[in-house]
Amino acid sequence: MLHRSAEQIGQTELGPRPLPPLRAARPLAAPAAADTVLDSGLRVIAVRRPAVPMVELRLEIPFGGTHRRHPARAEVLAATLLRGTSRRDRFTIDRTLAGVGASLAAAVDPEHLSVSGSTLVSGLDTVLEVLSDALTAASYPTAEVTRERARLIERLTVSRAQPRVIAREALQRRRYGNHPFTREWPHPEDVAAVTPAAVRALHRRAVVPGGSVLVLVGDLEPDWAVGMAESILAGWRADHPATELAPLPPLSGADLQLVHRDAAVQAQLRLSAQAVARSDDRYPAVQLANLVFGGYFSSRWVENIREDKGYTYGAHCGFEFTRYGATLVADADTANEVTAAALLETRYEQGRMVVAPPTEAEIDSARQYAIGSLIIATSSQRGLAGHLATLATLGLDLDWLLGHPARLRAVTREQVAEAAAEFFAPSRFTGVVVGDATRLAGPLAALGGVQLP
Amino acid sequence: MAGIPLPSVELHRQRLPNGLRVVLSPDPTAPVVVVAVHYDVGFRSEPQGRTGFAHLFEHLMFQGSESLDNRAYARYVQSSGGTFNGSTHPDYTDYYEVVPSAAVERALFIEADRMRAPRLTEENLRNQIDVVKEEIRLNVLNKPYGGFPWIMLAPVLYDTFPNAHNGYGDFSELDAATVEDCAAFFDAYYAPGNAVLTVAGDIDVDTAIELVHRYFADIPARPVPHRPSFAEPPPNQERRHTHPDPHAPLPALAIGYRLPDPAAGFLEYLSYEVLSALLADGDSARLQQRLVHTDALAAEVSAYCGVFGSPLDARDPDTFTITAVHPRQVEADRVLAAADEEIARLAKDGPDPDELARIKARWAASLFREHDRLVSRAMAIGAFELLYGRPELITEMPAMVAAIEPEQITAAAAGLPPDSRAVLLVQPARNSPFPVSAGHPSGGRPADAAPQR
Repeated sequence: MLHRSAEQIGQTELGPRPLPPLRAARPLAAPAAADTVLDSGLRVIAVRRPAVPMVELRLEIPFGGTHRRHPARAEVLAATLLRGTSRRDRFTIDRTLAGVGASLAAAVDPEHLSVSGSTLVSGLDTVLEVLSDALTAASYPTAEVTRERARLIERLTVSRAQPRVIAREALQRRRYGNHPFTREWPHPEDVAAVTPAAVRALHRRAVVPGGSVLVLVGDLEPDWAVGMAESILAGWRADHPATELAPLPPLSGADLQLVHRDAAVQAQLRLSAQAVARSDDRYPAVQLANLVFGGYFSSRWVENIREDKGYTYGAHCGFEFTRYGATLVADADTANEVTAAALLETRYEQGRMVVAPPTEAEIDSARQYAIGSLIIATSSQRGLAGHLATLATLGLDLDWLLGHPARLRAVTREQVAEAAAEFFAPSRFTGVVVGDATRLAGPLAALGGVQLP
Repeated sequence: MAGIPLPSVELHRQRLPNGLRVVLSPDPTAPVVVVAVHYDVGFRSEPQGRTGFAHLFEHLMFQGSESLDNRAYARYVQSSGGTFNGSTHPDYTDYYEVVPSAAVERALFIEADRMRAPRLTEENLRNQIDVVKEEIRLNVLNKPYGGFPWIMLAPVLYDTFPNAHNGYGDFSELDAATVEDCAAFFDAYYAPGNAVLTVAGDIDVDTAIELVHRYFADIPARPVPHRPSFAEPPPNQERRHTHPDPHAPLPALAIGYRLPDPAAGFLEYLSYEVLSALLADGDSARLQQRLVHTDALAAEVSAYCGVFGSPLDARDPDTFTITAVHPRQVEADRVLAAADEEIARLAKDGPDPDELARIKARWAASLFREHDRLVSRAMAIGAFELLYGRPELITEMPAMVAAIEPEQITAAAAGLPPDSRAVLLVQPARNSPFPVSAGHPSGGRPADAAPQR
């Protein structure tokens, strides 16, 4: 078939056209909301967002533990929490939830036990009743614990083969040694040794309302929803608060560690440095500096190693928040033959944050993106519920969220330059390179700053 | 189970003189707008010897156009506070921007500029071939079950090149792509008459129509390609293929069946969607209960319509998929036999009416939740217009699902015959040692994602 040449396609008679201006922004409207702590110590946040006749539910229970067997017990508990109570078996729970258009799932990490779900608003009472039943009377039937334990080991085996999981665990060890925060994945032999009695004991001790938070977002009246939660969850009480994760030490810079993975065709670069908490006055400036460095597609790092060099499909630098502050985590997956080159460019861009601070245009772009993406991310029930639950675990609330665009607008160029110089210097980072060491060791050793296996 | 609400969505359609179809869907709930373009070409249309070309070309569409240099696309969207992406499906390629409503005019300008005059240069092409290869290493080659099952199942279930080949592409064929190929592909498939523009969210309909005309009306009409039928007969026996996966820790299997032509009857097609939920959605679903819990034959089970897990996302022929990850000591044939028994039981006795009502309630709620994200709703509207000329399916689909009766499920289950299907067996490496680290249980997502930008 006849067609035009690429040159002909790329040009019109009129030539390039001017980009239209932005119109006036519509500010975020404050939704109706309630935020209260019940007698039991459970904090309940309810926010009205009536776009669809649904409610999103998030429950976050601090779930720290220092015992060597805690991660395995916690994983089995999460897998079995919604699998039977003194009144309902596994299938009854699922049928009850499905009947009102609902789902509930539990998950655990070193900081929290989380239950998340959604329901048609007409089924909110039913979902809260099932949740209350599980929180107060989960029975961890032996058959269910045995089955979930076996299944967990099978699923862990699948997950543990994922490069990103291997890289994450290597990074955690590099950053925090043997701290409980690093125990994101239990060892299969520990899972195999978990007994129903141990899970029941953990539930009695740790599944408690004091310090926990329940978030409800959707087609609801906030006071009505809080009242419903208060009355249905009235039986969930304890004489002690939930257990927080042990305090995390701040990170300091160190050589990267090369970790071997057999026959890998790609390497994982994972770099991390200490940052500041969301509640810190400097946070908005550090957030903008991070966007300029590697926090979005139009950043220096992504434009360099993906768009200019083609070394990677995706590179990203983001914040990881805990109640003890925040870190920056930069990740990129690269083919073996360009891994050293990608690391060199990464260090170059980190250094450039110090010696060539973000320009006015870079900051303006980052600012618009930070504000716009927050509006977009919180425009669905699901997105808003997730944000509020995360903020609540950090001691922040809806007002913080609604006030954040104004904080971002107030950041000056000098503040971003200070943040860039203070937080992005290459010497502040530690981290790992995970991949085929037989192919990576030579070039990485030549670059320096990498500890070989 | 009375009173599951149905969604209401406002739709306006227009066709510009150059053939561009336009769908507008105002929704003032949040100050956010989605601008999306669906082009009527997917990986089924790419030429022999150029596997992966449709997806590679999708990447090039982000590399600049007459008014935007090769970094400007991402910079303009993100500095307007927006996010963006694109993805390549069997029958279409989509592009979108999600922006604060202040930036709607910019998003329209950007989409119009690249529909009118993209920059198809040698430099951009070589760079994006490298990026696409990294994407394939990341999503397929370097991880367990990469491309499972969509890439490996297609050549077992289908015989003809369009249906059977790997849409991500072969490295040597990606390398062979030329700028000349790109120009021919653009002129053949990216004509305005071969595309659908969708604008959804915080818009005023009259203003939006005026802006659409301002930016798109001067794109010259070009011939619209003849769309070939991809129909081929279903298999006349069971076909099996074994795929060795050195990264996989556990065996897995996928069963592929042919779905009825959606355009010949949406209701019949959607009865398979409900069947998939009856089989695999939730603890009490048939295959979950039997394979995972009662018989403990599998660690994970999923069932879904469409190669990427979305119903009504392609024209005929389309695929119904069941997958299972199972322990080494369980023979694949035992898993198949148990699944066959459950399907045969549904084909003989049909679902229990309460069971069907529950599954339909949860399905309706999941769709509300999915379409509460404006971008998901907008992408579905655009795809429905492009594939079937029927954006109204956004509300008709849930109404049809709500009306499905047990007899239609019986008929659908009878439409999954063991003697006309493909079975893919994934064989793990013989000695899969437990890797050095553990992992979070996987699961949740039923199917792999479509190739993305």
